[in-house]
Amino acid sequence: MATTADNFAPAADTHAHDHHDHKPNFFARWFMSTNHKDIGSLYLIFAIVAGIIGGAMSGVMRMELMEPGIQYLWWFAGSSPEDISAAGHMWNVFITGHGLIMVFFMVMPAMIGGFGNWFVPLMIGAPDMAFPRMNNISFWLTVVGFLSLLFSLFVPGNSIGNGAGVGWTVYAPLSTTGAPGPAVDFAIFSLHLAGAGSILGATNFITTIFNMRAPGMTLHKMPLFVWSVLVTAFLLLLALPVLAAAITMLLTDRNFGTTFFDPAGGGDPILYQHLFWFFGHPEVYIMILPGFGMISQIIATFSRKPVFGYLGMAYAMVAIGVVGFIVWAHHMYTVGLDVNTKMYFTAATMVIAVPTGVKIFSWIATMWGGSMELKSPMVWALGFIFLFTVGGVTGVVLANGGIDDNLHDTYYVVAHFHYVLSMGAVFSLFAGFYYWFPKMSGRMHSEFLSHLHFWVFFIGVNVIFFPQHFLGMNGMPRRYPDYPEAFAFWNYISSIGYMIMAASMLIFFVNLAYAFLAGKKAANNPWGEGATTLEWTLTSPPPFHQFETLPVIEDHHDYHDHRPATA
Amino acid sequence: MAGNVNHDYHILEPDIWPLVGSFSALTFTSGMVLSFYPDLFGAASKIVIWAGLAGLIATFFMWFRNVTIEAQQGDHTPVVQLHMRYGMILFIASEVMFFVGWFWSFFDFALFPDPLAYDAAAGSTEALNVLVGGTETPKGTFIPQGMEVLDPFSLPLLNTLILLCSGTTVTWAHHALIHGDREGLKQGLWATIALGVLFSGIQAYEYGIAPFTFGGNTYSSAFYMATGFHGFHVLIGTIFLAVCLYRAYIGHFTPRQHFGFEAAAWYWHFVDVVWLFLFIAVYIWGGWGAVYH
Repeated sequence: MATTADNFAPAADTHAHDHHDHKPNFFARWFMSTNHKDIGSLYLIFAIVAGIIGGAMSGVMRMELMEPGIQYLWWFAGSSPEDISAAGHMWNVFITGHGLIMVFFMVMPAMIGGFGNWFVPLMIGAPDMAFPRMNNISFWLTVVGFLSLLFSLFVPGNSIGNGAGVGWTVYAPLSTTGAPGPAVDFAIFSLHLAGAGSILGATNFITTIFNMRAPGMTLHKMPLFVWSVLVTAFLLLLALPVLAAAITMLLTDRNFGTTFFDPAGGGDPILYQHLFWFFGHPEVYIMILPGFGMISQIIATFSRKPVFGYLGMAYAMVAIGVVGFIVWAHHMYTVGLDVNTKMYFTAATMVIAVPTGVKIFSWIATMWGGSMELKSPMVWALGFIFLFTVGGVTGVVLANGGIDDNLHDTYYVVAHFHYVLSMGAVFSLFAGFYYWFPKMSGRMHSEFLSHLHFWVFFIGVNVIFFPQHFLGMNGMPRRYPDYPEAFAFWNYISSIGYMIMAASMLIFFVNLAYAFLAGKKAANNPWGEGATTLEWTLTSPPPFHQFETLPVIEDHHDYHDHRPATA
Repeated sequence: MAGNVNHDYHILEPDIWPLVGSFSALTFTSGMVLSFYPDLFGAASKIVIWAGLAGLIATFFMWFRNVTIEAQQGDHTPVVQLHMRYGMILFIASEVMFFVGWFWSFFDFALFPDPLAYDAAAGSTEALNVLVGGTETPKGTFIPQGMEVLDPFSLPLLNTLILLCSGTTVTWAHHALIHGDREGLKQGLWATIALGVLFSGIQAYEYGIAPFTFGGNTYSSAFYMATGFHGFHVLIGTIFLAVCLYRAYIGHFTPRQHFGFEAAAWYWHFVDVVWLFLFIAVYIWGGWGAVYH
């Protein structure tokens, strides 16, 4: 990796802490925190809680889809089995809740809030974030955003039932005239609140990374995880305000008589889709770029080699971020775009496969000739590379405007984005979690349980989502709770996959309990000489305030020729 | 803080206001939702909104009070001041993108005024008229036929001059501050704030006499929301400058360190630039060819 920590001696630093490492009392520490590591832990705990709720929602959905007909939805709607419309609305509420929770309250808080907060300051040799107080309001705004979304479940969404059933994209006119109840307003304000938190967090990360790197750590020596968070923060900063404007237009259309998306007043529902996806497409890179960063750290660590093509890896992420802003309408091929527009967006979208390919091949080249060690983070990282590539390849298929005319809004799309998200993003989250858990908690998790978790999860998610390609190719549409007999077989298989996946999550929690109750104490660097970034020079867990004397990054290695000192 | 600190960064003690501010924001937005549905939730919404707003105002007040106290006691080393510069620039960048959203909708309506539903509803691209807000309007027309718009070269031009003028007075205050002229600082700020209040007053007056009401068609929707959010930003900027004026009176700011003032000035210039775009795009170009009020 780019950071040379090998001649930085942490002894003096940690010694000083023995006498001064005073922590605030419980309430002040966890509710008034200005400490990046505590706020990172809060984000991770929050993301796990939100992930359990969002995952349970998908469990209901998979059980409902296990067989044709309506099985359980009417019960959740507090209705009778005959009431198809109540069941249908409940279905819409579940898909909306699952999507919004997983995107805004699980993946983003875990990756950026959790790992970003914990490890950006540690990796750049900084004592904390640039704005510690603002860091805390970023977290609590995310929490209150989640609460606002939960409120929406208990108030009417439309004349049929409670909850916002408008999809995570909140398309007009379904979200305006189609859903006249307060649930949708609560859901919209949920995005306002969480979005405000994310914008503040983005300014904090950019300022921290630009201003607080340890002496000698130039941008081109910065670990790739920090690069990934830097690019992600810019995407958040520039994309989220456009979403804020779009959903504010939804609010005024709903409640104050504006006609932004209402054709009766000259408005244009397609305008909402443009505004939404101008945010929404950068958003999907927001969810995966920090994962790219984590995978780069992990592959390099467990191959005992610096990452192949460091600068190419860094600027590939910059390229993905920049191009990510000009491909949004590939989500809208079927709204009636003219052919030239579709050609442009097809071409621009495929261009993104180039820097993404640079990353995939560089990871493989990093492992080539390395002394690989298949520790738990590494198996998750390998799983990531394999499955993200599958999702990336189906993405290239869907990028074609002509093909997408047929596949749009089918299960093929569902399979595609779950391969890049619940296998790409989530595999990188688990890889990062197992990589950094010893550092964060000071305890070692069980390698056996981690591997078992990996294999059961790997089988589970593939059994869920691979058959969905077949369903989509055969024309099964998204967002319906029921389907014809013809789709029954692969839906049944897919639901079995959910059960396997759910079982693997039990292993994860057992592993966590084991680590906290009986796990061995973690050394400063449990991963050996391949782990060269600054966080491994600190104790596990690190002191409450680290780097009170800033580490100095010596310039005796060129970034592309760096080897661990003992290698 | 822990001892042996050998760096210039600002490590903060725990603080309650992020928590209070977040839950106040939730209270405020929830109160807003309640107020949208008086039939469902009754009149309680007003109490909830005001409670949330009070919490938010208290948070802003205490937060910036704490930042000011820390600045006065010397916590803001050069690197911490640099953080704040970056933070403010990035915040303004995100604000720019917020206005991009509103301009996007405005230009979408102005450049492509055919509502999507139009062709489908009429079943033909040959039809000449379309119903906009209940008014028969020639196809391809942004502003409903017969609707008058504001004359850009009347009060809006005056407001443009007022804002441009306020941009120079805030620079006057800044130069005075840099050269140690405290009286000039106060006079420049007083002039800027007065011009800002004058702008807001004229804008409010013009909303009152505008020939079209809020909503009902896209021109009115985009006009009121874009100029309304701009007006809201003028208000924030005016308060920001007023705080700076108060701080000037109690002896804050030195010729070398006065980032609070600079941030207010940056923000003011940003608000000014947004107005210039609004004036040119919405008032002059958007209303071109329509009947002036």
